[in-house]
Amino acid sequence: MKRVEHDVVVVGAGPAGSMTAKWAAQGGADVLMIEKRQEIGSPVRCGEGISKQWLEEVGITVDPKWVAREVRGAKIVSPSGHTFLVDEKNAGNEVGWVVDRVFFDKALARDAARAGADIMLKTSATSLIKEDGKVVGVRAQSYGEPIEIRAKCVVGADGYESQVGRWAGIDTSLTPGDIDTCYQYRLTNIDYDPDYCEFTLGSAAPGGYVWVFPKDEDTANVGIGVQLSKVKTPGDPKMYLDKFIAKNPGLKKGKPLEAVAGAVSICAPLDSVCVDNLLLVGDSARMIDPITGGGISMSCIAGMCAGKVLAKGVKAGDLSMNVLQEYEKAWRDRLENKLWRNWMAKEKLTTLSDEVLDQLVHTLTEVGVEKLSVQNLLAVVKAHHPDLVKEFEDLI
Amino acid sequence: MIVSIEKCHHCGACVGSCPQNAIFLNDLVLVFSEECNRCGRCVKVCPVSAITMER
Repeated sequence: MKRVEHDVVVVGAGPAGSMTAKWAAQGGADVLMIEKRQEIGSPVRCGEGISKQWLEEVGITVDPKWVAREVRGAKIVSPSGHTFLVDEKNAGNEVGWVVDRVFFDKALARDAARAGADIMLKTSATSLIKEDGKVVGVRAQSYGEPIEIRAKCVVGADGYESQVGRWAGIDTSLTPGDIDTCYQYRLTNIDYDPDYCEFTLGSAAPGGYVWVFPKDEDTANVGIGVQLSKVKTPGDPKMYLDKFIAKNPGLKKGKPLEAVAGAVSICAPLDSVCVDNLLLVGDSARMIDPITGGGISMSCIAGMCAGKVLAKGVKAGDLSMNVLQEYEKAWRDRLENKLWRNWMAKEKLTTLSDEVLDQLVHTLTEVGVEKLSVQNLLAVVKAHHPDLVKEFEDLI
Repeated sequence: MIVSIEKCHHCGACVGSCPQNAIFLNDLVLVFSEECNRCGRCVKVCPVSAITMER
């Protein structure tokens, strides 16, 4: 059997994997990133909306190639159709761009490669290699051939369906209330407002929302997330989305270019994402904003935290929990509060009736927010409907 | 469990949601292992109803 050896093996070449690989390689580690698919960034399983303000922090250079469209703001649409519009003066925090993941993911992988990381495509991890109970690498199938990849640390960046964490005994299990099941079309030939990301709340998407994220003048990602605990009949996400589109004259005339299925976790932060010589990052570590279902920024921030600690651990010759706990601390310092707050907000929001959601959107319209972010929206709710957020008011 | 290859989008929603970790996805097919206890979560989580439980 073929055997290779590296300091770090990163399983999965999405944003989390590439950022980890880049920052680790930049810090001097010998990194191999493996990707099960034949193309990084494809097929896309994402609504592709991102905010902008975190990109500089993690060292991502903006490239027009992956910016599909800059939006002016967001529209939050209540169940009865009232719209809260956040315009360009105060928008741009949570949503700023609609990207093209096919190019975005490749750009991040290219950055990792430029930093010195190796990449193998069509290579999927099949199990961990353990010696005396210690993780020492992964077994994989590469272009159909078995390969043993020895490494001082294994990074699970293998997405929602992560296996690496489960193999390592990290509890990543989810309850039905903490899963959104999703469907999306890229629709073209539509009539709509291509300058705003639109979020429709309420019974159109039980426990989730319908999004319309502009790709160009007459093309948008139109998708839905439905909380699994609210799914009555298998196939509900597609059914609800088709219904939403059929009711909207501008979208109804659209033609699909692509259909995307998937699921995201909308859970509270995990207790631990590391064991000796192994760590998880991104979706596999359930680093998803439970309100928006977005995970790109968190993946990249945590990836940077992980990469830096990995580089340090490689230099020190120690990738046990002694060192990896620094990663655990770094990502928590940066993301944990937000994850807790938004999870609690989600727990509450998903119990609200269409009438209450209408009231909330009405309040937002009256009061306005200075800058669009989940935190600012929750602050308005706290000021005007304190009963709705009393369980977690300290976090707002 | 029965998977409709015609409906399946190979998205992995079932894989990540399976409490038993009993589903394996390669590029072409979904495979259920003996660990499957027929809890039915995959049937519900599948966005396109590609999975059904045999009787």
